[in-house]
Amino acid sequence: MSLRFDLIWEQAPAFLSGLWNTVWICAIGISLSLILGILLLLPLFSHHKVVRLPTKLLVEAARAIPFLMLAYLVYYGLPSLGLTLDSWSTAILTIVIYNAAYVADILRSAWVNLPKGQTEAARACGFTGVQLLRRIVLPQILIAAAPILGNQAIQVIRDSSFLAIITVPELTFTAKAVQADSFVPFESFITAALLYWVLCLLIEFGVQRLEWVRNFYGKA
Amino acid sequence: MAKLEQPIDAAQPLPVIQVVGLSKCFGSHPVLTDINLAIMPSETVCLLGPSGSGKSTLLRCMNWLERPSSGEVWLHGTQMGYQAGRKRLASEAELAKMRTRIGMVFQQFNLWSHLTVLQNVIEAPIHVQKRPKAEVVAEAEHLLAKVGLHNKLQAYPSQLSGGQKQRVAIARALAMKSDVILLDEPTSSLDPELVGEVLAVIQDLAQAGMTLVIATHEMKFAEEVASRVIFLDQGRIVESSDPKTFFAQPETARARQFLERYIHVGAI
Ligand SMILES: Nc1ncnc2c1ncn2[C@@H]1O[C@H](COP(=O)(O)OP(=O)(O)O)[C@@H](O)[C@H]1O
Ligand SMILES: [Mg+2]
Repeated sequence: MSLRFDLIWEQAPAFLSGLWNTVWICAIGISLSLILGILLLLPLFSHHKVVRLPTKLLVEAARAIPFLMLAYLVYYGLPSLGLTLDSWSTAILTIVIYNAAYVADILRSAWVNLPKGQTEAARACGFTGVQLLRRIVLPQILIAAAPILGNQAIQVIRDSSFLAIITVPELTFTAKAVQADSFVPFESFITAALLYWVLCLLIEFGVQRLEWVRNFYGKA
Repeated sequence: MAKLEQPIDAAQPLPVIQVVGLSKCFGSHPVLTDINLAIMPSETVCLLGPSGSGKSTLLRCMNWLERPSSGEVWLHGTQMGYQAGRKRLASEAELAKMRTRIGMVFQQFNLWSHLTVLQNVIEAPIHVQKRPKAEVVAEAEHLLAKVGLHNKLQAYPSQLSGGQKQRVAIARALAMKSDVILLDEPTSSLDPELVGEVLAVIQDLAQAGMTLVIATHEMKFAEEVASRVIFLDQGRIVESSDPKTFFAQPETARARQFLERYIHVGAI
């Protein structure tokens, strides 16, 4: 038995293109979901039950749906509601729905754990509403939640592998295509796995850079 | 229900803060009962009383961080929490605007941990009061120099001692140029050796004519600096007198007990 990584090397452009697709789909999906997750804080902390409770329910429901199921729902389910998306849009929409729910929940609990004095001092100084959220609460909960948000980003990258099933030409899809072409399943999949690992390491490195910021701020 | 006019005494200048018939309950538990008091310009009023007597709640009702269950708070002729000249509750934004006229200093400092010392001081003047940045920064530097922190402008709160944090918090309150500053046990969470530096700053403010309301357990400070002492017990004002009288010969048994216990504890 001999491993044929030379065949993988020949397919390097394909792997790079798959890797690139994974990177940009996840980057856009994660960025948009971060924004959406932050916006969801407004209804989640609304004083009105009729706004707060349904949002909470939706967020919890979205977190309970497995990634693949959500992708199926978007790709195969939405057309019966009259909305047909190509596989790229499906990929991004799935990531956004899936991850925004997690981001909202992570930030919600960071907010709950923010010392009450922080917002009290802000209110005493005349901050209210969105301004209070944007200038005092948000920077602090983003810093506090950075490690958990980083882990969540890693989760998204791993789950994005399911997008191969709905024919998004990302990394897993590429690996599958290469092994079918060249009959090198082990070499092909292990290469993809290593590339996923590199992506996760990069994110962990980024989070660790943030970590020192967090330690630096400490508690006031 | 809200009245439309502040009950003023024509013989006196307009109080900075006037509290009229204020009560506060948490659930069915009455914490403040029928509080009436007027804080005159440049007064330094010390709120004394055992812990749980309602000092913090009274201060927090004054700027409506805590909404009074009944009664009124007047700020220089405008009623806190109500629309100008009307019986309707103010919106959050209107309430916030009124709060900028009352500075507050907390026992736990509550500096914003993601901002530097300088940023803590300029944050609200720039973003709430919308004053020009250059002017606010210059004033903030001046204020921080006054409280002895000119070399800590770029430090983060986590890098400061408790006494330094509280002095920043005082500068932050001053930067709002409010009419009055409420201080809720400003030295109670400080190590004993850091209490003096904070009290010195507060004493300077009092001497400079700033209107101050201070909940405190520092009896010596109250005796020396207060222009008036208000003694609270179980949510009621039991005594209100000048500090000499209060500390030398309190009128009520409760105040005597309180002072005895304090002196007893202080002696240990
Ligand atoms: N948010 C709150 N909810 C319920 N009870 C409260 C709350 N804040 C204060 N209290 C109660 O009100 C009473 C007065 O408290 P406080 O004003 O903090 O007194 P002090 O500052 O004089 O120690 C205490 O019995 C306290 O338990
Ligand atoms: Mg208190």
